[in-house]
Amino acid sequence: MAVSRLGIFARNSIYPPSSLLQCLSPSSQQRSISIATQLCVPVQAPVAKPERRYPVTLIPGDGVGPELMHQVRRVFDSCGVPVDFEELYLSEVGYSRSNSLEEVSDSIKKNGICLKGALTSGSEGQEGELATLNTKLRRKIDSFASCALVKSMEGLKTRHTNIDFVIIRETTEGEYSAIEYETVPGIVECLKIVTRVNSTRIAKFAFDYAVRNNRKKVTAIHKANIMKLSDGLFLECCTQVSELYPRIKFSNMIIDNACMQLVNNPNQFDVMVMPNLYGNIIDNLAAGLVGGAGVVPGESYSHDAVIFEPGARHSYAEAVGKNIANPTGMLLTACNMLRHLNLDYHATIIEEAIIKVIKAGKVRTKDLGGHAKTTDFTTAVIKSITF
Amino acid sequence: MFVPRACAKAAPRWSTSLQAKFLSTSSVRNEVSCTGGAVSSIGDKTPDQPPRPASYTHGFNRSMMVEQFSVMQTQDTFVPPPAKWGGRHTVTLLPGDGIGSEMANHVKELFRYAGAPVDFEEIDLDSTAPDVEGFEYALMSIKRNGVALKGNIETRTSFQGFQSRNVVLRNRLGLFANVVCVKNLPGIRAKQKDVDVVIIRENLEAEYSGIEHESVPGVVESLKIITREKSMRIAKFAFEWATKYNRKKVTAIHKANIMKMSDGLFLECCRITSKEYPDIQFDQMIIDNCSMQMVNKPSQFDLMVMPNLYGDVLSNIACGVIGGPGLVSGTNLGYRYAVFETGARNTGKSIVGQNIANPCAFIRASVDLLNYLKLEHQAHVIEDAVMKTLIEDKVWTPDLGGQATTTDVMQNIVKYVKANA
Repeated sequence: MAVSRLGIFARNSIYPPSSLLQCLSPSSQQRSISIATQLCVPVQAPVAKPERRYPVTLIPGDGVGPELMHQVRRVFDSCGVPVDFEELYLSEVGYSRSNSLEEVSDSIKKNGICLKGALTSGSEGQEGELATLNTKLRRKIDSFASCALVKSMEGLKTRHTNIDFVIIRETTEGEYSAIEYETVPGIVECLKIVTRVNSTRIAKFAFDYAVRNNRKKVTAIHKANIMKLSDGLFLECCTQVSELYPRIKFSNMIIDNACMQLVNNPNQFDVMVMPNLYGNIIDNLAAGLVGGAGVVPGESYSHDAVIFEPGARHSYAEAVGKNIANPTGMLLTACNMLRHLNLDYHATIIEEAIIKVIKAGKVRTKDLGGHAKTTDFTTAVIKSITF
Repeated sequence: MFVPRACAKAAPRWSTSLQAKFLSTSSVRNEVSCTGGAVSSIGDKTPDQPPRPASYTHGFNRSMMVEQFSVMQTQDTFVPPPAKWGGRHTVTLLPGDGIGSEMANHVKELFRYAGAPVDFEEIDLDSTAPDVEGFEYALMSIKRNGVALKGNIETRTSFQGFQSRNVVLRNRLGLFANVVCVKNLPGIRAKQKDVDVVIIRENLEAEYSGIEHESVPGVVESLKIITREKSMRIAKFAFEWATKYNRKKVTAIHKANIMKMSDGLFLECCRITSKEYPDIQFDQMIIDNCSMQMVNKPSQFDLMVMPNLYGDVLSNIACGVIGGPGLVSGTNLGYRYAVFETGARNTGKSIVGQNIANPCAFIRASVDLLNYLKLEHQAHVIEDAVMKTLIEDKVWTPDLGGQATTTDVMQNIVKYVKANA
């Protein structure tokens, strides 16, 4: 079931199986329009294989990030993906080797697309600075929406099956505004900022995401019963935007209840939209539901650029050099990146290979209960790619 | 090698001989001009002028429209940002009736080959019944996405009390300007040569206000409404367009000799606005004479601005003069939304399913859309491919005198798009 409903990874699934006069042109008949159910059948014809190459900014990140990026490159090389990576090192913990934030953000703005590993943020900021590098990068390119695509995969042992939902999180404000101060010794205030402009924007993004990906329901997660003004504003904006989308169901849920429902009955969710802190927690909670941080892809959007990064951001620093990290999430993220570039053909063949390997269950990394190395998994994926 | 980008520029290399001929007759042409007053100089396109962009919606993108024309919008309610996320746009696609759905499929195919970052939200409307819910949804969708690509929706005239959906759509979205750029394509058999006209039409009021009633049995009144505000707006739009694209002359089309107050007001507004643009020559012509001139000597026109009904008629005449409805695209611009469609809004019901419809008009409309979204690279690739197909390869559908099917044309276009995307 999970395999046949691969809609979560299908960015272009808004194309309906158009029965309209398809028979007319032989070329359009061959060109199988990507619909959710077709994703797992072998690709019949190149959907679109443009002959140009695409530049993509690559930020390897901290911890196992560079290792995972190497796996992505291996897979891309194996099937000739026309992507040129522009690698820039960005790190908070290794800041002496890091490229400047300006260089990185310029590159992302120029290319409009970026593949990024997780960045470690220490609890102790440098020189008393409150904003982390992640936050600064997001602000720099105005990347306001972060999505985690949570979907069960056949072959993984999890408590729940058939989970398929998307968590959309506001990432520019809320609790993570990095405005904290000690008014009187012993009393610290942290400001949670919610604005109408940003709340409307994230709500519109969530609903547009639902339209583009054929999703039926959007749930706003909030705590407006306690934080009546701030979360109240967020909820109000979501409600206002939902009126523009009469064909998508809108509901709202309080964060504490949502956590329980997620653990108990996660199949009820489709698209979830929420402010910053709740999103961060629920991202991780949901990743745990479908197999851990290693298998969940994600992406962050601004108006003009996208950063593709793992859904649950853990740098997994303790595994550096051990060759044991699970590359599934990063590979799926890379597939989504290819879809964003209209390289559906490559995205589909890689994704099918990943699903095949996971379903077979022969090659499993440590987090999934196996003993395979990172490179073994990638090799298995490369061998399973059918052109 | 032939560069099709050049075909719409001021001094294209394919027409040097034509140009010479054209210039030699320019004095005659000016005598024919009905006003007989100021001597037009539009024929004398000096080479030092910056070239006119081939894709004409280039400068009239969303931010520009909001900047220049939003002040004229009186009520401004809750407006969320347009659907552009991570550089990908969501665009409403209304295939409409007749050949619309065929054409829509072709455009989707082309966009995939060109790698255009556009996702379509396709909405099918049932034209056989007054599907109010569906139509409202389509309107809502355009408001959310900001942009739409649209085939023509058929209006069944027999059904009373049911306004044309095309008109309702334009009114509700405030798409005040309809722009049709008509230009000869070299090699294509046309009734007249050297046509290069921009027709700007007021889209919201005048005869298409939809206010009709039968006051006494047997007596029907239809109100033609002209307001100063909207006339000033379209006049300003026309002159802005002329400034941006180096058009030398603006001609206001009217019938102020008969309809002294209504068309008189329109003409007055154009005249007042023209004072602010001293570099652009202003001229006026009566609609009946203009129709004749359009068929006879269309090269005398440069940019024309007119009320609703005249624009409807003239844009169809102009399309016919250069080779039919399958070539020309049209743009409806409002200060916040834009809807792109074919120039001569026909449904082409008679050729549905025969695979002979000319897809070029619809594809060129999609090129305008890409330009509006500032996706210039993809726009150029597709436009080049269409021009090469029409001009170099001469793969023509029957309406242009060729033998090719729609599929042949599409395959030829796709060939070029794949090579250049």
